[in-house]
Amino acid sequence: MDGIHDMGGMQGFGSVAIDPDEPVFRKEWHSRAFAIGIMSMGVSGTNLDAFRHALERLHPYDYLADGYYGRWVACAEVLLTDSGVLAPGAVEARARKLMGEQVDEPADPEPNKPVYERGGPGSLRPVDDPPAFAAGDRVRARDLRTSGHTRLPGYVRGRTGTVSALRPSALLPDTNAHFEGENPQHVYTVEFDSTELWGDGAEPAALLIDLFESYLEAA
Amino acid sequence: MSEHSHGGDRPPVSVRAEALEALLTERGLVKPEVLDGFISRFVNDVGPMNGAKVVAKAWTDDDYRQRLLEDGTAAIAELGFSGPQGEHMVVIENTDDVHNVVVCTLCSCYPWPVLGLPPEWYKDPAYRSRIVRDPRTLLGEMGLDLDDDTEVRVWDSSAENRYLVLPQRPDGAEGLSEEDLAGLVTRDAMVGVAKVSAP
Repeated sequence: MDGIHDMGGMQGFGSVAIDPDEPVFRKEWHSRAFAIGIMSMGVSGTNLDAFRHALERLHPYDYLADGYYGRWVACAEVLLTDSGVLAPGAVEARARKLMGEQVDEPADPEPNKPVYERGGPGSLRPVDDPPAFAAGDRVRARDLRTSGHTRLPGYVRGRTGTVSALRPSALLPDTNAHFEGENPQHVYTVEFDSTELWGDGAEPAALLIDLFESYLEAA
Repeated sequence: MSEHSHGGDRPPVSVRAEALEALLTERGLVKPEVLDGFISRFVNDVGPMNGAKVVAKAWTDDDYRQRLLEDGTAAIAELGFSGPQGEHMVVIENTDDVHNVVVCTLCSCYPWPVLGLPPEWYKDPAYRSRIVRDPRTLLGEMGLDLDDDTEVRVWDSSAENRYLVLPQRPDGAEGLSEEDLAGLVTRDAMVGVAKVSAP
């Protein structure tokens, strides 16, 4: 989907500073949010691609305002309510009780976990068909638009590059996130020149990005 | 669009995190001690000290360096590092002529087994948006000035390959042991936003 998460090339976010003394978790609740976020995938019967898509579906205001681990809390809540583990509003009601308000908590809903069989652990999967492209081939990232999950960022769509390497084949996030099948595909690292992406005035650089075969066409 | 609330008078996210943990614990769906163990692993056992061992070994053992560049996953596993977010590792080498830097523009993909969890700057919208578009300028702002004739290569980890930058061994560190060399290697150098300095 064309959401706030697709940040490559966006402008206006300012600069970034490195804190050399940054702890692994800056706040106690960051660590709890991280662990709960990881666990939420198993508890909701979903997967990592569904987790990423839940992050993408957060309201753009929340995505930015809640910060990184705030997004994990919200994302876990999305997965757990979608799968019927928690009722919509359950987290907010409990939070308000914790803050001392008198709030009725909603009853647990009917379970609604996805019925979905994994093809194995992790994301790497064999593909029987030979790869359509080889290192050195000129390819164009297709101008695909979807309101669902994809790992084809907006900034490369419609742009032409060169296949740099064939990587291990893997399940397709676009369907796996929606429990519509793993659909393993070949994966390629494709190199784009910065002027192809950002115009003639671009800083000299090469951009290398991993793209699934169905994202690409011969150029 | 999300049905969840935004803005307004939402409870603070730290309280929502506490509420979420309580709801799941009460239902027996998570055990606090399992969460504790998971957190402890990432605070104490997994982090850039792992990647630093890989880099120092590559600097002192050229056969290992070759294996690392040819099959990063296997060479890194030789040192005992593997697991989620490191399923397929690709090691990219910085040289006098080429500087590599890694990003995940879409989320926060990062090679956990060798670097642990990503720092705030890696997850910052400014880094995710700009390193693919203004890499030289942004690296300069982050304290790394590159020569004009250095080729900059930016790697966007958009699938399940995970990238580790093999930084250049600094001049002036000739006599150091592998262990002492590992102590020089920083997380930032293994992502590609810094170089390794001699002691």
